[in-house]
Amino acid sequence: MFPPYTTVHPASAETHLYDRLRRFIGLLAVLFFLAACAAPSGPATPEQITTVENKGSDTMVNLALAWAEAYGAEHPDVRLSVTGGGSGTGLAALINNTADIANASRAIKAEERASAEANGIDPTEFIVARDAIAIIVNPHNPVNQLTLPQLAAIYSGQITNWREVGGENRPIVLLSRETNSGTHVYFLENVLRLGKTDDKTLFSPDTLLMPSSEGISAEVRQNPNAIGYDGLGYVTADMKTIAVAKDANSRYVLPTIATVNDQTYPIARDLYLYTRGEPTGAIRDYLDWVLGPEAQKIVARLGFVPVR
Amino acid sequence: MKPKRNWLELIVESLIRATGYSAILFVALILIFLLREGLPALAEVKLGDLFSARWYPIEEHFGLLPLIGGSLIVTLGAALIAVPFGLATAIFIAEIAPRWAREVLKPLVEILGGLPSVVLGFLGMVALAPFLRTTLNTPTGLTAFTGSLLLAGMALPTLVSVAEDALDAVPKGYRDAALALGATKWQTIWRVTVPAARSGVLTAIMLGIGRAIGETMTVMMVTGNAARLPVTLNSFFLPVRTMTATIAAEMGEVANGSVHYHVLFTIGIVLFLISFIVNLAASAVVFQQRKRAERLLS
Repeated sequence: MFPPYTTVHPASAETHLYDRLRRFIGLLAVLFFLAACAAPSGPATPEQITTVENKGSDTMVNLALAWAEAYGAEHPDVRLSVTGGGSGTGLAALINNTADIANASRAIKAEERASAEANGIDPTEFIVARDAIAIIVNPHNPVNQLTLPQLAAIYSGQITNWREVGGENRPIVLLSRETNSGTHVYFLENVLRLGKTDDKTLFSPDTLLMPSSEGISAEVRQNPNAIGYDGLGYVTADMKTIAVAKDANSRYVLPTIATVNDQTYPIARDLYLYTRGEPTGAIRDYLDWVLGPEAQKIVARLGFVPVR
Repeated sequence: MKPKRNWLELIVESLIRATGYSAILFVALILIFLLREGLPALAEVKLGDLFSARWYPIEEHFGLLPLIGGSLIVTLGAALIAVPFGLATAIFIAEIAPRWAREVLKPLVEILGGLPSVVLGFLGMVALAPFLRTTLNTPTGLTAFTGSLLLAGMALPTLVSVAEDALDAVPKGYRDAALALGATKWQTIWRVTVPAARSGVLTAIMLGIGRAIGETMTVMMVTGNAARLPVTLNSFFLPVRTMTATIAAEMGEVANGSVHYHVLFTIGIVLFLISFIVNLAASAVVFQQRKRAERLLS
């Protein structure tokens, strides 16, 4: 039921998202004001429009927006308003009745569930997509598999030559996304620190921080020394994906839609939507649509793994 | 008629004066803004932390030294490449090339200056970096040297264009006099024309370096952005992270008013100070020379 890894967003990410959210709301307020001024006698149909508040994870905000856009085009009577702020913010909003759907890139914590129940709410969980991080190397690199502790040692700078993990005598060039990427934080917490919250390991200072996914793939394609990571959806055929094992005694697993969905690939997490109790009405329809083929195609398009 | 003309002149005069002073005003406003946003960082982060060797802002490591070192090493490399090449090109265009070649070369060099930095950065990332990695046998092609090469390429057009103008402005009489005294063409160029145009040439070098230290997009794409302290000699052939690339990569996602935000503006202050010092040094040199020239003439 619960995924092997859960993420807690660092406080700094929460605050900056909060800030961005505030700016966004400010902009919305201005837009509404302008709309109200410009069209005081426009076609008034507010009673037919259902508004669904959708709030939470930053990782999922683009996905939720793409869903909302596609769904809104088909159902003009439902208005989905999507905001980020972090998984914790979304779940708190759900508990405080200010959001109808919470997006979360981790499962609800026991204390969150307890405070929800104290408020008379039973959060219902839906796994709507999965997010897997693929480890990529140059096709000429003979290394096929690595364990999570090996990856941690490589990225923290303890292993600096491919020879030490069964490859050629070549220096390892570490590639990472910039620190503001959600993938960077997930990789730091779950690979470098192996999910231990008291671990203070950092990326090696020699890590190249690339401003884009394209920067990582361009370097991996042409440099046999390079190792990089990115969302599974961004991996193309001209790079080699590394099979990853949880530890030396576990099986090495390549990331595919199947291994991510049966949870044997270790660097993956589930993405959730939470509703207050069993959803009804417009929210029920929306969730059915999200788990349907059209919404799951959007999941794949944005680089995540569809659940079915 | 007469009073009306004076009135018009007054308007034009004050307009010109206002535009002149506005430059000072804008620089002052930028400085005030930078100080207001950047100085709080000095109170929020311990000075020892600011001068540590680790930059990892999401875990509160705000060491600026790797970034300052990165900017300096890339700019120094660019200057070492661009100044000799730029001066040689300018001298060739102004003094040696025949008229038709000159008329083709100068516009071509100036067109090179119009290349968007993203285009250069992309070329550097997909073509230059792989080439340098295999020829120099470095772990990766995304190094300070790659950045220096591209920045030199971007600084060259400015440098060549301004230096050529300065050389061109040297009165023909100087050259004629030197040649009449029996100097060879090379002696004329090196001992008479270039020294006579020295202040303009120096301005050209400063403008070129200014372009290099402030450039962002290209260095962000080709220097690898690894915040390591470039202390050893081989750092030139390893990745670095510059101040400009750090601001560009991180400013977009940072929370307004957070410590990280203030530190990014502190980096801006450091950049401002560096370009201020470079300009000050340049004008001091030019000023001194002018004084000496005036003494000699009187």
